[in-house]
Amino acid sequence: MSSPREPLHVTGEVLVVKKVGAYRHLTLAAPGIAERYRPGTFVAVSIGDLTPRTHLARRSLWITGVRPTGSHGPTIELVVEPGGVGSTWLADRRQGDRVELTGPLGRPFALPKQPVACLLVGEGYAAGLLFPLAERLRARSCTVTMLLGAQDEPHLLGALDARRAARAVTVVTADGSVGRRGTLADALPAVMDGVDVVYGAGTHVGLHAVAATAEQFGAWSQVAVEVPQPCGTGLCQGCALPVVGEDGVPRLVRACTDGPVIRGDRVRWAELTGTESGPA
Amino acid sequence: MRFDRPVMNASGCGGTGRELGDLGVLDAMGAFVTRSITLDPRTGSPAPRIAETPSGLVHAVGLQNPGLEQFLIRELPWLASRRTRTYVSVAGSSLGEYADLGRRLGRAPGITGIEVNVSVPDGPAMGLFDTREPFQAARALAAVRGGLPPGLPVFAKLGPDSLRIVETARAVAEAGADGVVLVNAAPALMPDGSPGGLSGPAIRPLSLRCVHDVHRELPELTIIGAGGILDTDDARAFLAAGASAVQIGTALLHDPTTAARIAADLQGDPA
Repeated sequence: MSSPREPLHVTGEVLVVKKVGAYRHLTLAAPGIAERYRPGTFVAVSIGDLTPRTHLARRSLWITGVRPTGSHGPTIELVVEPGGVGSTWLADRRQGDRVELTGPLGRPFALPKQPVACLLVGEGYAAGLLFPLAERLRARSCTVTMLLGAQDEPHLLGALDARRAARAVTVVTADGSVGRRGTLADALPAVMDGVDVVYGAGTHVGLHAVAATAEQFGAWSQVAVEVPQPCGTGLCQGCALPVVGEDGVPRLVRACTDGPVIRGDRVRWAELTGTESGPA
Repeated sequence: MRFDRPVMNASGCGGTGRELGDLGVLDAMGAFVTRSITLDPRTGSPAPRIAETPSGLVHAVGLQNPGLEQFLIRELPWLASRRTRTYVSVAGSSLGEYADLGRRLGRAPGITGIEVNVSVPDGPAMGLFDTREPFQAARALAAVRGGLPPGLPVFAKLGPDSLRIVETARAVAEAGADGVVLVNAAPALMPDGSPGGLSGPAIRPLSLRCVHDVHRELPELTIIGAGGILDTDDARAFLAAGASAVQIGTALLHDPTTAARIAADLQGDPA
């Protein structure tokens, strides 16, 4: 009856919590979600005690890896940066804890039909979602190169994995603690040579640079945009993302359902990054 | 009025219906309620639109919707094709708009009923017809009712103003409402100081009081209870207070299976 791509609402079990730099890596047994996963999708997670439920907004987290088989059955991986109430609660989970989650949600990255040259640009924890994407692109004989950025070493994710996942890797940090000192915008032009498609995941400022540079070099870009998503399932219209539609008309779409992956040239970046104030 | 499966979503908390359909929970609900549809499209408010607060959410979505035309072309036919019992929520900027909405929806196939939203927090500031006075709410209801075929149920969704709730319920009932939905979000403030509405368990006692008072004073009037229902026991409390059915709002955003689960649980209760 239900096609295998439709999202599921399940109770997951925390299997492993690992501290990696400034982040926590969570591996959860989440039956059904791993099997339905496509790169660029996310899960909406309930946080806090469930009786009584007092935290009613959900937290959306990128799925940064899946293992369809294993001793615990299918598992998914998430990366958490503790900061607010929800992410701190999630980061404090221990092995055996149960977590309610819905997924996989959202529009995934579109994969090329031809073997093309792909640049994957990741910033901070969001870089994590690019690794399963790199795997699927390589399986399609695409050339994969990567550019990773972060504020400093603890926030740089996947620099070692990138050596395995990509033919060439460039790293930039704002403080110069790893790789070159600089921003994604600084580093992008030098890695665009021969690139057909750019895939991005990171901050709005970083993704704006991805979209602008891709356009400048005549490449396509697809970016995974993160905005706060109160439900993540398309019900509440809380995650307004300013875009220009296929018809050239500006509108606010739901990041969770019409995104989170969207063509870079469709996003009205100035409104997202605050460089131009939107309507009051 | 009796409801076979007395659980539906609250307006604005069920997306277009397709999202709940994708999750496999739409059919288990007694009915689907659309977000409020206006005659013209509304782009809605800029971010941030929703903020978490203890046991609730404050929201200022700004009635984003594609307008009646696009709703009739793109959304209603999908609901109708799968025979989802659909209540269309409407809001208008004038009595003329309410009348237009009623007339055009009255001709559209696949509608189970209409919910007239006469309690948008800060509606007048958003350009909506001012329904804060009970007689104005009644006029909006009558305008919609006038365009509908007889027999198509019309509900008025009222706000949590417990001091005037009975008076407002009586006014809309006299104007032709088959029932009332109690209650909408409470006027509240977003963290950034902009106006919004508070929903969720934080307003449940207010809502229960409204249901209780209206049922006591107007026992013949059908009541659909809404306001912070999280689980089956909450739903039973509303039914016990006089509601004939319940709507699930905030809880559905937290767990999209909530309404379907409560509906299944209530099937086992004695009628």
